[in-house]
Amino acid sequence: MFAAAAIAFAFLLFPIVAIFSRVSPGRLVAQLSRPVVTDALVLSLETSAIAQALVLLLGTPAAYLLATRRFRGRSLAVVLVELPLVLPPAVAGIGLIAAFGRFGLLGGTLDAFGIQLGLTQAAVVIAVAYVSSPLYVRQAIAAFEAVDTDLVAASRTLGAGPVRTFFRVVLPLARRGLAAGEALSFARGLGEFGATIMFAGSLQGVTQTLPLAIYQQFNVQPDGFTTALAMSALLVVVSGALLVALRVSLSWQPSRPTSRFLFAPSR
Amino acid sequence: MATLQADFTLPLRAFALELALDVSGTVALVGPSGAGKTSVLRVIAGLLEPQRGRVSLDGERWLDSRTRVWVPPERRRVGLVFQDYALFPHLSVQANVAFGAGGRPVDALLERFRIGHLAAAHPQELSGGERQRVALARTLARDPAVLLLDEPLAALDAHTKTEVRHELAELLRELALPTLLVTHDYEDAAALADEVGVLVEGRLRQLGPPAELVARPRDAFVASFTGANLLRGRARRSDGALTAIRLESGEDLYSADEAEGDVGVVVYPWEVSVARTHAPDADSALNVVRGQVGSLVEVANRVRVRVGPVTAEVTAASAARLELADGGVAYATFKATGTRLVPL
Repeated sequence: MFAAAAIAFAFLLFPIVAIFSRVSPGRLVAQLSRPVVTDALVLSLETSAIAQALVLLLGTPAAYLLATRRFRGRSLAVVLVELPLVLPPAVAGIGLIAAFGRFGLLGGTLDAFGIQLGLTQAAVVIAVAYVSSPLYVRQAIAAFEAVDTDLVAASRTLGAGPVRTFFRVVLPLARRGLAAGEALSFARGLGEFGATIMFAGSLQGVTQTLPLAIYQQFNVQPDGFTTALAMSALLVVVSGALLVALRVSLSWQPSRPTSRFLFAPSR
Repeated sequence: MATLQADFTLPLRAFALELALDVSGTVALVGPSGAGKTSVLRVIAGLLEPQRGRVSLDGERWLDSRTRVWVPPERRRVGLVFQDYALFPHLSVQANVAFGAGGRPVDALLERFRIGHLAAAHPQELSGGERQRVALARTLARDPAVLLLDEPLAALDAHTKTEVRHELAELLRELALPTLLVTHDYEDAAALADEVGVLVEGRLRQLGPPAELVARPRDAFVASFTGANLLRGRARRSDGALTAIRLESGEDLYSADEAEGDVGVVVYPWEVSVARTHAPDADSALNVVRGQVGSLVEVANRVRVRVGPVTAEVTAASAARLELADGGVAYATFKATGTRLVPL
């Protein structure tokens, strides 16, 4: 049993160790200043930021509705929200093209407004939001469901309407779960590859995010593979940091009085 | 004082809650858990919408199913104190109390409820009694016109309970607001309320001043709920002024009430005397039950003791003199005039 565990553990870690051991750290860092890397990094951060802002803005009310309202077809809706999670990325990419592409269902309509999504940054944002939002929404539903309904009722009887109750009671109490979901969503979106390359293409400085740049660089001689390694190392570090942040936020006890210093009650 | 009027039907899982009630002064609804007590409070507060009905405070209508009036909870001037207080765990005591105060200062309230020194503390750091005071202060900070209390004493241990009950009774008298409280404990209800309603499976069985419920319980449930002994038997008319009842155990009891057929025999513990011997000629009490002395429970300065099927309440001194703690056989006696008959 211990042998099996050791093999599994080594199997999971070995590729990550390999990324850092192939080339010296100094060379890795030096590679990071190449334009192909900085372009991809900036683009990744920009598109992720916009996509996650959309996910939070639209996903939070959707999750709250699904968590608190009981209506016909609610469980079906919850299942459908999770569908993009299990969808193969290539299928997601084809779906996005069929929906929003030039000859897609909405292509004509978008065209009429002078909007062409293909090969634009907006297409990257859509692809990233599409594949990453279910992770946030799913976690947000669980977080909202965990809020004691008596606290919501108490807020209402104390004179706070639904909106004020949401911002003063529900959101502060669900924030830990929401943060965890957002961390997962962000990590998934940052690594998005399949749907993006199909729907948005891989143009350096326009639609080429870090994962796409890694894929493109690893075929380029002579230095491309080293550059790909450097970008991979960068993504490992970012993903690792996200994972740690996630663990820390989830292990926080809501009843710890320490939280009062982070979120001072508004008066 | 204003009058809160509620008259509604709310289907629950096992039965429908059907209630018509006027609250002016303090009314307590008592009943077993699952009787629908909490739902009554939620309907009045606007947290549950009944199938049909009306809720109003004097002329102010909060709910009228016929004219489709429905005022949301935040605009009904009700103060609801939840059973486990529902204090906001992410807010300090001060912020909890200020939540519904609309910007008015709450320092005086904190002082009044002796929680000023806890202003910066969070609910999870407080004791049960302190939490209750915070919940009350938070509710009153909202300046409610009606007060609703859900099991206000249930979350407290026996030790703090008596003291808190006394404080709460005083507070309610001072506030002079229409108050509806629900509890499963008849003693709490009797101590706090002017009127007590017994709610069973969504219906009011009896509503009246606590003394009246004890003096004239309408049925067996009300009698046993108000703390009486309830023995089952069969009544037959006797020649004299008394009704004789043959208990299931074979003993005969007598009552001044008239009844026939299967009845519940009701006698309150404080009307039962306990003796080690029994001399029929020397006793004015007609009813005698002989039995083994069972468990003893201390209630304040009295002792409740079981003699066979009957619970009696005696002073601690009597319990000691009769050596009741040792068990053995004893006689429980009570007068026919203190023995009531109710339908089963």
